[in-house]
Amino acid sequence: MTDKKSSVVKIILSLTLVGMVSGSLLVSVYNYAMPKIKTNVRAGTEKAIKNIFPETEEIKNTKEEGVFRAVGENGKFLGYAILAEGNGYQGIIKLIVGVNEDMSEMTGMEVLESQETPGLGAEIAGEAFRKQFEGLSLKHAMEYLKNQKPQEPYQIEAITGATISSRAVVNLLNERLDSVREKLKLKKI
Amino acid sequence: MIKDFVKGLWRENPVFVQVLGMCPTLAVTTKALFGLSMGMATLFVLVSSGMVISAIRRFVPRQVRIPIFTVIIATFVTAADYFLKANFYEISKALGPYVPLIVVNCIILGRAEAFASKHGVARSFLDAAGMGIGFTLALIVLGSVRELLGSGTVFGYRVMWAGFTDWIIMVLPAGAFITLGLLVGVFNMMDKRFMKRAEEK
Repeated sequence: MTDKKSSVVKIILSLTLVGMVSGSLLVSVYNYAMPKIKTNVRAGTEKAIKNIFPETEEIKNTKEEGVFRAVGENGKFLGYAILAEGNGYQGIIKLIVGVNEDMSEMTGMEVLESQETPGLGAEIAGEAFRKQFEGLSLKHAMEYLKNQKPQEPYQIEAITGATISSRAVVNLLNERLDSVREKLKLKKI
Repeated sequence: MIKDFVKGLWRENPVFVQVLGMCPTLAVTTKALFGLSMGMATLFVLVSSGMVISAIRRFVPRQVRIPIFTVIIATFVTAADYFLKANFYEISKALGPYVPLIVVNCIILGRAEAFASKHGVARSFLDAAGMGIGFTLALIVLGSVRELLGSGTVFGYRVMWAGFTDWIIMVLPAGAFITLGLLVGVFNMMDKRFMKRAEEK
C-alpha cells in the first residue's frame, strides 16, 4: 500500500518537474526568437512591397488595417499595397498585392506565407505564376483557366497540378479587393 | 561503441531498413535542400532528446516514461522550430508544418524507447547521431533524385540540359513513393552484394 502511494507521488512529481523545466526552457527560447521572427516578418512585408513598387521610398499605413500606401520620391503616390489571406490547400496563404490608385489594375503580387505542397502549390510564389498578376485588369472579377493561356485581361493560367492553390489565390484576392474597395469607398466594379 | 554510430548509417538505416519516419521522408523531399534541412532538424532533436533521456533514465518512473519522453522531445522540436524561424526564415517557410511534426516522428520516440532509455549518455549520443545522419543522408538522396527528375536541378543548380521536360510526377506524392520504393530496392541489392563479398572473404 505505501509502495503504491509512493509511486503515485513519484509519478506526479516527475511529470510536474519535467513539465516545469521544459516550460521555462521554452520561455527563454521564445524570448530569444520572437523579436527576430517579428523582424523577419516585417522585413518580408517591406521587401515584398518594394518588389511590387520598386520606386518605394516610404511605406505609410492607412486607416484600413493591412492596406498600405507606397510613396515614392517627392511624395509621389505609387499605389496601394494590400495584405490578403485565405485558406489554401494545406493552410493559410498570406499574400500582398499592389494596385493602382483607382484599383483598376494590379501592379504585382507577392506571397508572404504559404504552406502549400513544396514543388507544386508552393509555386504560387514562383516567378512564372506571380508575373501573371502584373498589369492584370481589375475591371472584372479575376478568373483562372486550366492548362490554357489567358484569353481576357482579367484571367490567369492555373499552375499544373496545383489548381486548388491557384484557385485559392484568385478567390481570396477577389474577396479581399472587393472589401477594400468598399472600405476605401472606391466605385464597385 | 563505434558500432552504435555506424549501424544507423547503413545496417539499421531508419529510412531504407527500418522504414520509419515516412511522413517527413515522403512529404518534404521535393527538393534536396528541404531534405537536408529537415534531416538536420531531426538530427538535432534526436541527439539532444536522446542524451537528456539517457541522462535521466534512472529517475523516470516506468509507468509514465512515454509522456515524459514526449514532453522532452516536444521541447526540443519547438526550440528547433523557433530557431529555424528566427535564423532561416525562408527554409522554415518552405518546410511549413513538417518541423513541428517532428514531435510525432517515430524514429525519435523509437530510439528513446529502444536505446536511450537503456544505455549511457555517450552511447546514446553515438546512436542518435548515427540514426540522425543516416536519416539526413537518405532524405538528401531522395530529395536529389526527385529534384533532378522533377525540376532538372540538384540543390538549385541546373543539372539537366536546357530542353529537359520536368517529370511533374516526381514532385507529386506519387513520385515520392516510386522513388522511395526504387531506392529501397537498390539499397537491398547493394546490401546483398556486400554480404556475399564479406562471406567469401
